[in-house]
Amino acid sequence: MNAAFQRLLTALHQPETMTSLTEREWDALLRHSRSASLLSRLALDVQTCQGWDALPLRVRQHMRAATFVAERQIRAVRWEVHKMHEALGHLDIPIVLLKGAAYVMDDLPPARGRLFGDIDLLVPRDRLGDVEMQLRLHGWHGTHHDAYDQRYYRQWMHEIPPVTHITRGSTLDVHHNILPLTARLKPQASDLLAALHPIAGYSNLYRLGNADLILHSATHLFHEGEWAHALRDLVDLDTLLRHFASKPGFLKALHARAETLGLQKPLQYALQSTQALLLTPLPELDLTAPSNKSANVLINRPFVHGFASAHRDLSGPGSDLALFALYIRSHWLRMPMHLLLPHLLHKALARSKTGKE
Amino acid sequence: MMRIRDLSNQELADRLAQGLDLQTGPFIFHIQSREAPVFSGLRRLYADFPVSKEALRDFHVRVRRPANLRRWYHPQVVFEHDRASPFKPLPANHAFASLEWGMNWCIAGYAHQYLTLHAAVLERNGRAVMLPGEPGAGKSTLTAALSLSGWRLLTDETALVDLDTGVLWPMARPINLKNHSIDIIQAFSSEAIFGDKAFDTHKGTVAHLKPSLDTVLRMDESCRIGWVIFPRWQANSPARLTRRPRADTFVFAAENSFNYSVLGETGFRTLDRLIREADCYDFRYSKLEDAVLAFERLST
Repeated sequence: MNAAFQRLLTALHQPETMTSLTEREWDALLRHSRSASLLSRLALDVQTCQGWDALPLRVRQHMRAATFVAERQIRAVRWEVHKMHEALGHLDIPIVLLKGAAYVMDDLPPARGRLFGDIDLLVPRDRLGDVEMQLRLHGWHGTHHDAYDQRYYRQWMHEIPPVTHITRGSTLDVHHNILPLTARLKPQASDLLAALHPIAGYSNLYRLGNADLILHSATHLFHEGEWAHALRDLVDLDTLLRHFASKPGFLKALHARAETLGLQKPLQYALQSTQALLLTPLPELDLTAPSNKSANVLINRPFVHGFASAHRDLSGPGSDLALFALYIRSHWLRMPMHLLLPHLLHKALARSKTGKE
Repeated sequence: MMRIRDLSNQELADRLAQGLDLQTGPFIFHIQSREAPVFSGLRRLYADFPVSKEALRDFHVRVRRPANLRRWYHPQVVFEHDRASPFKPLPANHAFASLEWGMNWCIAGYAHQYLTLHAAVLERNGRAVMLPGEPGAGKSTLTAALSLSGWRLLTDETALVDLDTGVLWPMARPINLKNHSIDIIQAFSSEAIFGDKAFDTHKGTVAHLKPSLDTVLRMDESCRIGWVIFPRWQANSPARLTRRPRADTFVFAAENSFNYSVLGETGFRTLDRLIREADCYDFRYSKLEDAVLAFERLST
């Protein structure tokens, strides 16, 4: 692990150390944390530990700017969820906010200073038709019209093709499960829908239960292969664990829940990675268990490259190879070989035909 | 304090290869490039600007050749901010224009410690006039003429409004002129110093006008607003100022802000204070000389 990456991690788990960084160190840390979508988070952390006034003026200016961006995104998420609820709230089905939107709407700690991509929803699979129809009536339209893409999403994936609002340009990802239908792990959506937590002030609007929030975040991070936001997602996990795991018995229940859903692997990776990189305190976790040890040696090194991939300065030698290995791994986990190879071939041909990307 | 003119050609080229720390108003740009137009643009137009010694720079930018076969056939350059390229590559002889646009992009995209408005700002006798940018209205031409007639240039492109005090901060960077405006300003003043022209850009032919020494030496002096004036060039029109409602000015400025929506309530309060302090006018003119006289009467 290189020094720049270590400095970013230290700033995240010991924010009070930020007050003693030199201007030269800040010159790098500002850029690295911004690339990882974590500058606004550092800004709030340094304020919480009363370190704000000790920072150089230029650092405060950049942090203030980043904080405005994060606050704007939170306003935008609230508004989009409100508009989405106008379209779907009357359907009398549970509409489940996932990840960022759930943290914001339920005021959970990971929402602090978080930057967002699209809004993710989970709905019952047998009502997808109604959901799509209502969204279309309210201005959300599909962007993937190609017959191959349609089949890819509808037959294999855990979501329908993303829909974008015609005037606001915002995108919703509507899921019916948390992993592709073709994935090796097969959590049952009905299990998740049986343990929901209501969002105050809205009818039929929910987030996943406490343990499932963590399991979904871990599954998404370690089994979906979107490494560009991996460190931010790891910070989400760390924050959720610090928030919930202080309650006695929570970790035990979390492990039991992972077993029910068949998500022990991603949970194990999540607990190891948050502890190793962000020093997440997990009092009840027994790290000497044999299953924990082996994975540490075999898996964690490419993961570390994945977490450091937000900025080129953060990744050391071997990074390109490690990221390629992660790319292969994520596809391997998403689809069996007889589906995966033709799919990758189709994608490559489509790319060379249109000259895009 | 070291300024770019204190560097020999070799020293400037060496610094640019490693990264030159250029101070422009409140911002420090770490600029890396081996492209000849970048060298000559900085040499000619930024000669009076300070070379910063601070370790903490605001923006790390680079203008370089992309790694492709175009290196030999119609060579291209690409602008990078912190190792990411926000734009498509441009022809290599647009390297300096590409740097200027890239620097503007950095400020519009990241400098949310200010309310940023698409407008030119100049100062005379301690009060600032802001000229919002209606496309094709001749904002840059008028800005250039005023800057060559005793007004101090704060900015040609992006007004920086302080969120805490409401004052305007200078950047003092060169004025970007297009097509016919370049000839008009060359004819207007023999003191106008231009960089090399870049032909056939997406804006046509562009060239940058060097800011005056006074403008650069005073680039840390903020200024309170006096007027917001919407200029419009109109054939055969006498130079004429007419009042414009403040509410209307507010709405226009908000729509032409780079980050009004990012700043939320703070953006609203900052813009509200700015517009309340200003007298707002529409301004029509056909001759630059008449326009300069009209502005002079306003400022005394």
